Amino acid sequence: MKPTASLRSFLTGLFHPAQVAGEVEDELRSHIAHRADDLERAGLSRAQAERRARIELGSRERYREECSEVAGVNFFRTFFADIRFSLRLLRKSPGFTIAALVTLTLAIGANAIVFSVLNALVLRPVNVPDGRHVYQVEQKDHVPSQSYPDYVDLRDRNTAFDALAAYEIDKAGLDADGRPAATWFYDVSANYFDVLRVQPYLGRFFHAADEHGVNSMPYVVLSFAYWQSHFNGDREVVGRAVRVNGNAYTILGVAPEGFRGTELFFSPDFWAPVVNTESKYFLTGRAVRGLWLVGHLGPGVTLARATADLNAIAAYLSKTYPKEDGGIGFLLTKPGLVGDMLGGPVKAFATALMLLSALILLAACANLGSLFAARAADRSREVALRLALGSSRGRILRQLLTEAVLVSLGGAGAGIAGALALLRLLNAWQPVPDIPMNVPAYADARTYMVALGLALVSGLLFGMVPVRQVMKANSYQGIKAGAAGTAAMRRFTLRDALLTLQIALCAVLVTSSLVAVRGMMRSLHSNFGFDPRNAMQVNTDLSMSGYKGDQIPVMQRRMLDAIQGIPGVTAAGFADRIPLNIGWSDTWVYRDSTTDYKPANRVTDAMEYKASPGYFEAAGTTMRAGRGFTWDDKKGAPMTAVVNQEFARVVFGSEQNAIGRWFKIWGGTRVQVVGICENGKYVTLSEDPQPAMFLSILQSASDDTWFIVRSNHGPEELGPALERTLNGLNTGLPFVVSTWKRELGLALFAARAASLALGVLGSLGAMLAVTGIFGMAAYAVSKRTRELAIRAALGAQRAEILRVALGRAAKLLAIGSAAGLILGILASRVLAFIVYQATPRDPLVLAGVVLAMALLGVVATWIPAQRALFLDPLVLLREE
Amino acid sequence: MAKQTQQGAAVLQGTLDMLILRTLLYGPAHGHQIGKHIQRTTNDFLQMQHGSLYPALHRLERRGWVVSKWETAPDRNREFKYYRLTEKGRKQLLVEESQWKQMAEAVARVMWPAAEES
Repeated sequence: MKPTASLRSFLTGLFHPAQVAGEVEDELRSHIAHRADDLERAGLSRAQAERRARIELGSRERYREECSEVAGVNFFRTFFADIRFSLRLLRKSPGFTIAALVTLTLAIGANAIVFSVLNALVLRPVNVPDGRHVYQVEQKDHVPSQSYPDYVDLRDRNTAFDALAAYEIDKAGLDADGRPAATWFYDVSANYFDVLRVQPYLGRFFHAADEHGVNSMPYVVLSFAYWQSHFNGDREVVGRAVRVNGNAYTILGVAPEGFRGTELFFSPDFWAPVVNTESKYFLTGRAVRGLWLVGHLGPGVTLARATADLNAIAAYLSKTYPKEDGGIGFLLTKPGLVGDMLGGPVKAFATALMLLSALILLAACANLGSLFAARAADRSREVALRLALGSSRGRILRQLLTEAVLVSLGGAGAGIAGALALLRLLNAWQPVPDIPMNVPAYADARTYMVALGLALVSGLLFGMVPVRQVMKANSYQGIKAGAAGTAAMRRFTLRDALLTLQIALCAVLVTSSLVAVRGMMRSLHSNFGFDPRNAMQVNTDLSMSGYKGDQIPVMQRRMLDAIQGIPGVTAAGFADRIPLNIGWSDTWVYRDSTTDYKPANRVTDAMEYKASPGYFEAAGTTMRAGRGFTWDDKKGAPMTAVVNQEFARVVFGSEQNAIGRWFKIWGGTRVQVVGICENGKYVTLSEDPQPAMFLSILQSASDDTWFIVRSNHGPEELGPALERTLNGLNTGLPFVVSTWKRELGLALFAARAASLALGVLGSLGAMLAVTGIFGMAAYAVSKRTRELAIRAALGAQRAEILRVALGRAAKLLAIGSAAGLILGILASRVLAFIVYQATPRDPLVLAGVVLAMALLGVVATWIPAQRALFLDPLVLLREE
Repeated sequence: MAKQTQQGAAVLQGTLDMLILRTLLYGPAHGHQIGKHIQRTTNDFLQMQHGSLYPALHRLERRGWVVSKWETAPDRNREFKYYRLTEKGRKQLLVEESQWKQMAEAVARVMWPAAEES
């Protein structure tokens, strides 16, 4: 047959199976007729002849099958037939179908979500062309920040990168229509867009060639999202003049939609060149480290070679600038998670979650496997009948697997739909008010592939469970007596192992979510070193509305006075930063006797804050000794500092003798300790006590400040009062009012996300464990109804009956819970990185786990137990 | 399954195609004629279910060794599907024939070594 002809016959077979089957049928019929003619001629009656002819021919059905198999369409035909048959069967048992679909929807949906997060945070490279080769330069102690002069040296001397760009996150007032709005943006090197190989969506980008020294590039490039939300996607925006912190800038262009820089969690409103930054010391101070560096590694450059190249430059810097760069060294990491600072915990947690959700899917498969096995047992008569009619075991298995895969694909479809909806919510969720931060997890082709793969694998997995049952099926036995096998109840079977695993998994999840929740609760009530209750805060940046130099402290004093005049305000103060908020600043501290300020001579690295008089009262920070700041700690007076207990211990040996002593900060400035305050949390809730110092903000002014206002009126009254008061001072001032508790969102973000994720997975796991145990217990009771009834008739006590009926389930529950508890305690060590004070060595957690698992067991076995207890032996014995 | 009788044997796996091709060398025939011919020629020694001819015929047709056509038989007024050997089928028959010969000789050499020596 020619290829075209054979294709045609194949297609005919595929789409007109009746035609092919009809032809074969005709042929076989003509054969029988012919043979019967011959036999009739030999003397048989027509009826006898036809009967003989049919017997001689053999199984007509089989030959018809074989013929269509030859035509090559059989696979598809039986495939479609299987699908139709499976759908019909599934429709006939809606309870089973819904149970299976819901289980899979939850399990696969959870996997799709967790995978999307893992994909977004760990697997997917940064969203720029050839993002796989983008690396970030970190200090050797994993701090990502570099100074501008060091950046210039690295940029010009390295041979590892194609090109190297620098950026930092900053905020400013962007004024396009007369009223400045608070915005977050990237200060970037002039070559930034070229290094990342991004093309503008509209207008143009700035390039290295545009740079001619300080202030030479008053340009901004808007992000697509900000252009849409604040300029209504107006294409005429290119070339328009705007003001950034009161300085004139021009809009050059708009970045493409998907591009939001290289930090995963942060999405900037715009980009502006760093050479136009207002803090000029930033461009000249070699020890002022605030820039993050990224670039594509050159073609064929290995990580080791690149690191060696950078460290050769480090050696040069260390030798040339010993004061600032002594002992400097570099590392390369993947960009995205504040350099790689969050990389460790984020990766560990995302991977652990992925593992947990995969285990949940496995547990779901175990459950469904049991369901399918039970169903196959119910269908043993049908299977036996089909075997007797000449169907091959392979065909029957194929149909069973088709059914399983159909169910799993259905579950996957629903799961993905649910995951998409939840991911949209996750994407839109802004954990920190006023900062454009989110979790950029969305489903991409990889997510769909993974979900599809998981669906197929799990379908085959739980579809395989009843295979042995079918292979062993004896058609004669099956038809004669129906299901009669009870032997399987004796051994410890695969299903028992799966169920134990499932219970253990559930116990792990329950343990870790309890640990996380307890840790959260404890950290919410722990001592932060300040008291966020009843406190509100106002964040303003005076430079956003054009205040400069000496105007700033004057205006800040006026604002503070006005705030203190609001009725109900008991204390108010301000500082350049507040603890546990985004960003921090730290400074090297030297002894008073030190004269050589090289890095090695420092005593410690202390958190640095600048605070106003009244700050400590307003923040609720307890003074241990000495005094807070007064309006006399001003410019010209000796530099004063309030330090925390840890600082006093590390620098002066003890709290007692610290007051009145002097120390030096970077640059050699002498500072006198006037007060000691309690220790607190500064960057994360889970950090160890670290030294911190507060300088007087009057002596080193800052335009960006947080006012803390403590009041005995509630926030719903104080908030509007604050807004009225501040608007009364200057209408153009952008400011944000919120409660301090709300601002703590950032610090609690990781812990909250972890608790939420664990909680959701934990309840999924618990649900699966309940259905698993329920299934097993119900099956055990129904299989042994007769035995239980006889025991009851012979006078067994209720306790004995329960022991017989549910002993096995209880044993599995105990083994699984114990194993899970131990694993959960081990797993909690990972949690301790993310959730403050997460420790499983907590009687409440242990008791909680035991209680939860026991409760789970009771819930799961309640109905089977009732059935076992209230069996009526008479009815049963009569029936069977 | 075909019942084995004492004087008969099932058609050897893989030889049915060759037997069919050889039968068709005499001219076009329908399934029943082919089956009858094989059985008669071997004096009913080769037992087979006639139905098994049809999957084999369809297989040969797919490979292009035979072509088929529905025709009315000359001696009665019934339609039959006649199979005819193609040029390709003729060549295939030669190949299978020589393979079979080699096979038979090889088996014979093992079974009756003395005959070989003499």
